[in-house]
Amino acid sequence: MSNNDPIIEIEGLYTRFGSHVIHENISLSVYRGEILALVGGSGSGKTTLLRQMLGLETPAQGSVKILGHSRYDCGLELSRSLRNRSGVLFQQGALFSALNVYDNIALPLRELHCLPEEMIRDLVMLKLGMVEVAAEHANKMPAELSGGMIKRVALARALALDPELLFLDEPTAGLDPALSESFVKLIQTLRQELTLTIIMVTHDLDTLAAISTRVAVLADQRLVASGKLADIIKIDHPFIKDFFLGERGRNALRNALTLP
Amino acid sequence: MLSSNRSDDTSPWYQMIVEENVPCIKLTGSYTLAALDQELRKVSTRLTRFAAQSDLHWDLTGIQQMDHAGAILIWRAWGMHRPAYLSIRPEQERLFAHLEKVHPAPKPVRRDILWPILTLGRRYFLFWDHLIGIITLSGQVLLNVFYLIKHPNQIPLREISANLFRTGAQALSITALVGFLIGIVLSYLSSEQLHTYGADVFIVNILGMSIIRELGPMLAAILVAGRSGSSMTAQLGVMRVTEELDALTVMGIPHSLRLVLPKIIGLGIAMPLVVLWTSAIAMLGGILAADLQIGLNYQYSLSSLPDAVPVANLWIGMGKGVVCGMVIALIACHFGLRIKPNTESLGEGTTNSVVTSITAVIFIDAIFAIIFSNVGLKIAG
Ligand SMILES: Nc1ncnc2c1ncn2[C@@H]1O[C@H](COP(=O)(O)OP(=O)(O)OP(=O)(O)O)[C@@H](O)[C@H]1O
Ligand SMILES: [Mg+2]
Repeated sequence: MSNNDPIIEIEGLYTRFGSHVIHENISLSVYRGEILALVGGSGSGKTTLLRQMLGLETPAQGSVKILGHSRYDCGLELSRSLRNRSGVLFQQGALFSALNVYDNIALPLRELHCLPEEMIRDLVMLKLGMVEVAAEHANKMPAELSGGMIKRVALARALALDPELLFLDEPTAGLDPALSESFVKLIQTLRQELTLTIIMVTHDLDTLAAISTRVAVLADQRLVASGKLADIIKIDHPFIKDFFLGERGRNALRNALTLP
Repeated sequence: MLSSNRSDDTSPWYQMIVEENVPCIKLTGSYTLAALDQELRKVSTRLTRFAAQSDLHWDLTGIQQMDHAGAILIWRAWGMHRPAYLSIRPEQERLFAHLEKVHPAPKPVRRDILWPILTLGRRYFLFWDHLIGIITLSGQVLLNVFYLIKHPNQIPLREISANLFRTGAQALSITALVGFLIGIVLSYLSSEQLHTYGADVFIVNILGMSIIRELGPMLAAILVAGRSGSSMTAQLGVMRVTEELDALTVMGIPHSLRLVLPKIIGLGIAMPLVVLWTSAIAMLGGILAADLQIGLNYQYSLSSLPDAVPVANLWIGMGKGVVCGMVIALIACHFGLRIKPNTESLGEGTTNSVVTSITAVIFIDAIFAIIFSNVGLKIAG
């Protein structure tokens, strides 16, 4: 199933906000069927990179290609079908505050204009069940949800169209350990059923160790490493050492890998 | 052994075959949302028709990919239960196991049959609610004023001056433009009429009285209500949406002191000045137009203005400015603080705020007209 054409191809990307340089010469490819974990310190530009892959921001220099087409001038038809085949979970959830939970998840389904309402209802309730939000919360407004619930509803909305490409910005931040665990299970089941490519920003080492197939590390404005977790932790770089091999990192990784 | 006997027995989505005398439907292709797309309803009705045959054997192992939408489509075709004869792959089995456990959607809240009466009643109570809210807010602001008199070092001068700049200085261009045009229009319309009676000089009286006493203050107030009132409401509303108001509360900074009071004082000071400015520019427009239209010398007009318009009118106009300014800010803040943390409420609150403050401005004008009905109207000499 894995295909050697990259789904996303970033080349020589530079980002600046005013005189503040965020990215310097970043090149990164994402292949079909992999789960790429993007790690880096707070403020290192992970969210910004994700937004550039989504076409929400334009880099100062360099190119972002998606399925071989430039992100910025792909045709209307392609960009529409791309958007229908990808799901995004924003760091702050970005739920529509004027719609309740049910309608938030139903919105992308209704936008397809081909699904009958009963099917939409079943799909919405299925997705809600998958992210373990009880049915009685379906009529609540986003302002009435807890932080973790916002995350889960936003995840359900990102999954609404059964996307092949998922962008997740800190999917487990704000979830309790049991819910993080069930998030991992959910991604694993989804991957058995569908070919799923995931680009995930995370600080949660347990989740990272459990599901990522490749890790990319952003530090000092550059992509300092990318590869399998087991290889990454062998690299001698101060950020990688702090991030993975600190006290907490060791504990988290001990279960997933056999550390020296 | 394969046989096809009906026209709709084969399609990209399924094949009908008879294996050892058992009728069998073999689903093929990708049952995913992206692949089904516009075919979805058609496939759904076909499958539902097949599901009516109870002895049909369903074979799902030929499906390349199936996502949740595809699974639900088949599940609904079956009538929400598994058919008697079914071959299925283990990962599909898990999908259907999920579906069996799906909760029914909670019923949306139904409308009461008495809703017209209830809506009307709610409107009525809402009116009182707003009135009481505004009175409470002004009470709080008054208490803040007493507090600040005792603790003058805590007066939020920065906020007041920022508001003064935003609502006053930045409103000068738009009020000047509108005032100037209204002055010209008024002058054009009335000077022609007066000219036919040879009463040209009275144009100064008409312009002076109407602009300085009525039009100047009203124009300025309505423009400011639309311009600054809406921005105040939206600002407070966004602060509610982003929880900034809550952050202020936990820091022990009262909203009324830091947010409402500076706006009321700022607009209370800026408004009479804007009124003065608008009236002056409108007069200028009127006098220039009269000069051009009927040749009434502008120097004569200017010099006769003090005799034509008693100075009390200027004070009434500016007094209206003070009151309107403070009321506009109060109403804007009241609606802003009541906004709920969602975008729809934000839009609704801003609209309500502007509509209410413009209505209030006109009410205030009427009240002034009644109270000062015998002040400044008699022309001396
Ligand atoms: N619109 C913007 N204008 C100016 N600077 C910005 C903008 N967006 C982001 N930045 C800056 O870019 C840097 C990277 O931001 P980004 O949100 O990508 O960080 P991050 O890696 O996602 O951090 P975190 O892990 O805390 O979410 C930060 O220093 C931020 O201040
Ligand atoms: Mg971020």
